Amino acid sequence: MAAAEDKASPQQSASRESAPQATWHGIVLQTLKRNEVRLVPYVPDRVLTTLIKSLHADPYFTTFPTAREEEAVGIVAGAWMAGMRGAVLMQTSGFATLANVLASLAVPYQIPLIMFVSERGTLGEFNYGQALVCRTMRPVLDSLAMEHHTITRLDELEFIADRSIKQAVTTQAPVALILSPLLTGGKVFDK
Amino acid sequence: MTTPHARNTKVMNRFELTSRLVAKLKHEEAVIGGIGNTNFDLWAAGHRPQNFYMLGSMGLAFPIALGVALAQPKRRVFALEGDGSLLMQLGSLSTIATLAPQNLTMVVMDNGIYQITGGQPTPAAAATDIVAIAMASGLANSSWAADEDDFDRLIEQSMSASHPTLIGVRIDDKPGTGTTRRDPVQIRERFMHGLGVRQPL
Repeated sequence: MAAAEDKASPQQSASRESAPQATWHGIVLQTLKRNEVRLVPYVPDRVLTTLIKSLHADPYFTTFPTAREEEAVGIVAGAWMAGMRGAVLMQTSGFATLANVLASLAVPYQIPLIMFVSERGTLGEFNYGQALVCRTMRPVLDSLAMEHHTITRLDELEFIADRSIKQAVTTQAPVALILSPLLTGGKVFDK
Repeated sequence: MTTPHARNTKVMNRFELTSRLVAKLKHEEAVIGGIGNTNFDLWAAGHRPQNFYMLGSMGLAFPIALGVALAQPKRRVFALEGDGSLLMQLGSLSTIATLAPQNLTMVVMDNGIYQITGGQPTPAAAATDIVAIAMASGLANSSWAADEDDFDRLIEQSMSASHPTLIGVRIDDKPGTGTTRRDPVQIRERFMHGLGVRQPL
């Protein structure tokens, strides 16, 4: 699994913007910190393992697992209303449990919910259920007219994540940042 | 309603207990009212800028309150939730027990029914003790309130507790007393003013 966690995107070597040792999870962590996003509840995913470890190792962050993704959404919604920024980490199948809380809390109350979704179900998926649930994600986001971006390139990650967090906060609207296997390496059958 | 064992707890009223709680709040404490009757009675007990009313997302009163408690550790945070709602999010009790915010007081309004949808019994009504679930989840400071005076005492104790507190109250099958004005943006904005996060325009 370490290979998938630490895999640089195919574009990394061609990028002049990224430091030689830049990793997608390192960039996500630094971008969260720069935007004062301190509270990071998550439901884990194999691909997110290194990011989660790094967040736990950094005392700047308050990070912990929750039992369900919507619980994490409730927590960051409450924290934001009380003045603390947060983001939720999850997998595609976890996002699929969120339609109710997005439509009844994040969107109507205008809460800048920031979500990082590790994308399963495409580009080499080996579990048919994951492939199917993945297909529900973008239609749900589109049906609520929610901002979302699929990040495939390491050299675009910082720009998309940084600008999207700032836009979420200033427009008080949720955003989903989908981490493609092209960026993270994903999870494949032989791992 | 059959119960798994005899309880010495009086059947009380949601609005009465909510009014007792609100009357004790002197330090701009935050109160999160769960979906339906729970926040209707919070609204009816007298609007305060530090009240947050949920208009959906059943089961998230405790997680939302946890977020407020983590962001503002010096402010006391109360969360009022129905038994049916809590059943949707029992895992949140483990999260709260692990993080153990001492400024969080949770009240479970337990009538064993989904009152607002027609009074159907919850799957827990005949078999499950919600305070026992809370204790087994790691919330050692969990108890049933025997009557109104005991509820007052437990609320006051929680205000200086060093661990999160959960108070179970058995309530009757009466509907909520008022109806919250369903304006989510205004509810959220006023709550943020009440918590000192923002100033009005």
